Amino acid sequence: MVTLQHYLVLSAILFTVGVMGVMFRRNLIVILMSLELMLNAVNLTFIAFSRYLGSLEGQIFALFVMVVAAAEVAVGLAIAVAIFRMEGTVDVNEIDLMKW
Amino acid sequence: MIDLVWLIPVFPLIGFLINGLIARSFPEKVIGWIGSLSVGASFVVAVSIFLELLEMDPASRSAQRVVYTWILSGDLNVSFGFLVDPLSMVMMLVVSGVGFIIHVYSIGYMHGEVGFRRYFAYLNLFVFNMLILVSANNFLLMFVGWEGVGLCSYLLIGYYYEKQSASDAGKKAFVVNRVGDFGFLIGLFLIFYTFGSLNYTDVFGAATDKLTQGGALVTAITLLLFVGATGKSAQIPLYTWLPDAMEGPTPVSALIHAATMVTAGVYMVARCSVLFALAPVSLTVVAVIGGATAFYAATIGITQFDIKRVLAYSTISQLGYMFMACGVGAFASGIFHLMTHAFFKALLFLAAGSVMHAMSGELDMRKMGALRKKLPYTYWTYLFGTLAIAGIFPFAGFFSKDEILFYSLQRNLGFWILGAVAAVMTSFYMFRSVFMTFWGESRVEPEAAHHLHESPPLMIVPLMILAVLSLIGGAVGIPILEGANRFGNFLDPVFAPAQAILSHGHHAEHPSVTLELALMGISLAIAFTGLFLARRMYITDPDAPDRVIDKFPEVHSLVYNKYWIDELYDFLFVNSIVNFSRFLWKAFDDAVIDGIVNGVATVTRDFGSTLRRFQSGLVKDYALSILVGVLVVIGYLVLR
Repeated sequence: MVTLQHYLVLSAILFTVGVMGVMFRRNLIVILMSLELMLNAVNLTFIAFSRYLGSLEGQIFALFVMVVAAAEVAVGLAIAVAIFRMEGTVDVNEIDLMKW
Repeated sequence: MIDLVWLIPVFPLIGFLINGLIARSFPEKVIGWIGSLSVGASFVVAVSIFLELLEMDPASRSAQRVVYTWILSGDLNVSFGFLVDPLSMVMMLVVSGVGFIIHVYSIGYMHGEVGFRRYFAYLNLFVFNMLILVSANNFLLMFVGWEGVGLCSYLLIGYYYEKQSASDAGKKAFVVNRVGDFGFLIGLFLIFYTFGSLNYTDVFGAATDKLTQGGALVTAITLLLFVGATGKSAQIPLYTWLPDAMEGPTPVSALIHAATMVTAGVYMVARCSVLFALAPVSLTVVAVIGGATAFYAATIGITQFDIKRVLAYSTISQLGYMFMACGVGAFASGIFHLMTHAFFKALLFLAAGSVMHAMSGELDMRKMGALRKKLPYTYWTYLFGTLAIAGIFPFAGFFSKDEILFYSLQRNLGFWILGAVAAVMTSFYMFRSVFMTFWGESRVEPEAAHHLHESPPLMIVPLMILAVLSLIGGAVGIPILEGANRFGNFLDPVFAPAQAILSHGHHAEHPSVTLELALMGISLAIAFTGLFLARRMYITDPDAPDRVIDKFPEVHSLVYNKYWIDELYDFLFVNSIVNFSRFLWKAFDDAVIDGIVNGVATVTRDFGSTLRRFQSGLVKDYALSILVGVLVVIGYLVLR
């Protein structure tokens, strides 16, 4: 029997993996992918609660998150391409133009 | 016509505004005549009001015209108003009349100067302020004029501001006057505190009720007012600015010494005659300071070689006479001398300016001599002025000076001796200047001698008018003859309250005619003594002055250097103030004020440079900050 707790634990694990990816990976593309992972972990939570509570609001939120995620990936990849053209790398440790 | 009294100060103000603001491209002649005629118009108005005043009954010759209420605040009610009475009338006539003549002379004298327009604008402003001073009907408006003439004297003495000595002299005049103004202002506060009003009529009308004869309050008020007068009228101890004031153009000296500025102090003391009459101590102080100044300045005048400097010290000395007259209670005589002095001192300064004009700016009498052939008009007019100031019958100075000496003798023999000795010296140094400048051998330097020329008519005609006034100006105040002292009778209503207080208790006996005649004889003898002494020393025996100097070198150097008073003041006041200011600058301004300002900036900067370490530019660091922040917030929400 798969209960709500299973979904929530999976979601928490996915989210933590995403956070760790954002924190510790250097490749900008991988960081963007980790961000997607975090968003989808949240989506999973929404869907699980929607099913458990028998309410549609969670599913609507999940759809919105997908739209935002798509837009975010578009912008993020465009920035990545621009940075690669300028710097010749997508290593975030090399990108510190905003430094003091 | 009396309703139009406000026009008298307004005309010069209009002249000032035109010349100061819009006359930028006007030709010199137009600027000069705008300036002159605006003062001339004031004179015309003043004369017509004067004629109207003469028509009136002597007792009722006093009228106030309030233009509008100027300040209304609590108990303080000050109006912008004018007072027309014999005293202010005489002052207005002298200021605008002599001022007009000096303006006309200036057109010729200042021809071709760079700041011609500026000069006439300031000159008009000067006359405007002086007219406000003498025509005001309350102390505060008088103070406005009082400060105004101080400002204008600064502007005009420092007219050649590129010259260090001129701008220094301007500052000195302003600062020294400021010291006197301080006393004057405190006096005004005390008057307001005592009477609750600053209006002349209110104050003088209530003086006998609110003040006790010889009380401490009235003594304090009058002494403070007199401090103001010593500053403005160049008396001991605040006289040092006047000799330096000749750094300005010569007509300015004439204006300061004759019509405007220095007469303000005498006028103010005469205006407050009631208050002074209530304070015998103050009167004695005024008389002693006046007599001492008359004597002291005359001794300095003897030793100077600069023709304008001689005249400057003679002004201080003559002002001393006027104060002595006021001090012994003869206010009318003081004002009489003020008027005749205005005529002959303006004449002497303008004639000296004419000499200077001819000599290409030379002022040292040792480099003059035998100029009477080359400059006949200047010589004769200067001689008229000298005869008048020396007090030789029938010139104007004879009558006024004799009157002062007469009243001093009635008060105290000491004052008379001071005055008489000063008179001998006055006669001596004035004839000395005549002989050194116009007689004897020519000591003119060849370069200057080449350019020697008589001044243009625009300068000569004013000299002649003043010479005539110096000759006949005394006729309005002939003593002895019953009713002939028209001037004194004209002023009597103004000074009657003061005289009533002074003669309180004992009736003033009419002085004997014999005594007056004898004193006149003595006055004349005094004047001629000076004349012959000067003639002996500078014409018949030209080596005599050097022999005297060789005999008393210390005395001569002491007097020649003006008793080292300037140096003493520098040492006592100027340097100590400068040093104290420097101490404040270094210790307080630099350390405390700048320390606070710079300290605030340093703390902010150091704080910022520490915090900016967080701005690493790395996305990971920012993400970590967000994560930590989120954890803290969640932790708080969970654990609270």
